[in-house]
Amino acid sequence: MKTLTVSVVTPDGQVLEDDYEMLSCKAENGELGILPGHIPLVAPLTINAVRLKRNNEEDLVAVNGGFLEVRPDKVTILAESAEKASDIDVDRAERAKERAAQLLESNNPDTDVMRAKLALNRAMNRINVAKN
Amino acid sequence: MASLKDIQDRINSTSKTKQITKAMEMVSASKLSKAEENAKRYSFYSNKIQEVIANIASNNTDVTHPMLQRREVKKTGYIIVTADSGLAGAYNSNVLRKLYQTVEERHTSTDEYTVIAIGRMGVDFCRKRNMPVADTVIGLQDQPKYAEIKAIASNAVQMYENEEIDELIIIYNQFVSAISQVVQTNTLVPISNIDSVKATSSYEYEPSEEQILKVLLPQYAESLIYGALLEAKASEHAARMTAMKSATDNADDLIDELTLSFNRARQAAITQEITEIVGGAAALE
Repeated sequence: MKTLTVSVVTPDGQVLEDDYEMLSCKAENGELGILPGHIPLVAPLTINAVRLKRNNEEDLVAVNGGFLEVRPDKVTILAESAEKASDIDVDRAERAKERAAQLLESNNPDTDVMRAKLALNRAMNRINVAKN
Repeated sequence: MASLKDIQDRINSTSKTKQITKAMEMVSASKLSKAEENAKRYSFYSNKIQEVIANIASNNTDVTHPMLQRREVKKTGYIIVTADSGLAGAYNSNVLRKLYQTVEERHTSTDEYTVIAIGRMGVDFCRKRNMPVADTVIGLQDQPKYAEIKAIASNAVQMYENEEIDELIIIYNQFVSAISQVVQTNTLVPISNIDSVKATSSYEYEPSEEQILKVLLPQYAESLIYGALLEAKASEHAARMTAMKSATDNADDLIDELTLSFNRARQAAITQEITEIVGGAAALE
């Protein structure tokens, strides 16, 4: 089976680099599935899980935005932060989720709604990935 | 001449100081190697972003974005990167002097600029001189994580996007080597020097180049701030290491000198005693 190299890079270093058979992720205008031999492509990602498939197994990576660069044999994901399912601190994510939800519920005019929503999305994404 | 006890006390206190400076030197040396590693890890990320932006910019010249366009400068934002503490030689004062000179040269009133200060030394400096300060960060870790400076970086970029400032300049110590750090003044936005990177391949863009630039450019500008910060941290540890090394060397010299005069004083005391005894014996004969 043909494979492609997937690497996930953040400013704090490389999170993951390995060979997979398929990658699927959610770009800003919809779901993207990438197989080896894909044409070169650049697309911004949403805050969501990236699914990596190999030998009928699936690895999940929580990616917080950023973008994806595809070449025929290599996919690079550049994001401000990203974690493998096993590296996620679920307690911390739960706390962040609660904090963000409270901020949004309080309807305080000083709240940066955009930022709170993003924080909520990030926390939910981490929790979802960790629980799968 | 100082008494034997005085000299002995000075020798003791100098060697205690030496112990401390020596320890600080070694701590900084180990922090420096970690900071260099961080900077290396980060460079992969920044190179990649640069490559993609350069590709978009070179493939298509009519793509525009406010962050790529120079506009009339009414207000300038300065980010200064300093340490939280001194004892690092000229590390802090170099940055602060550069800021002061630049401001004196380019601006006539405090409405024309604002400072984003990272590090206690920088914050104190601006407060004391009544410079306008937009944002401050104190107590940054020695090996800063991206999440820690994400807020300040995106605020700074946001200020540019909201047209509160028309250019963003960062002043920091560039890391050349362990013994040499140079003050750098870089314009972060508008982004100008992306053409220097060679475009290697052409891409499909999903959904469009403009959309991608909208995501990419702020992310890039923020990552530049982080990159400068990592380099400044490496410089800080290097500067502190060098400063502490020369302090240790000075303490060594001082101890040598003091030991010499201690021995001289002791010898003088002995000689005097002998002379007195001999003199006393001679008087009895």
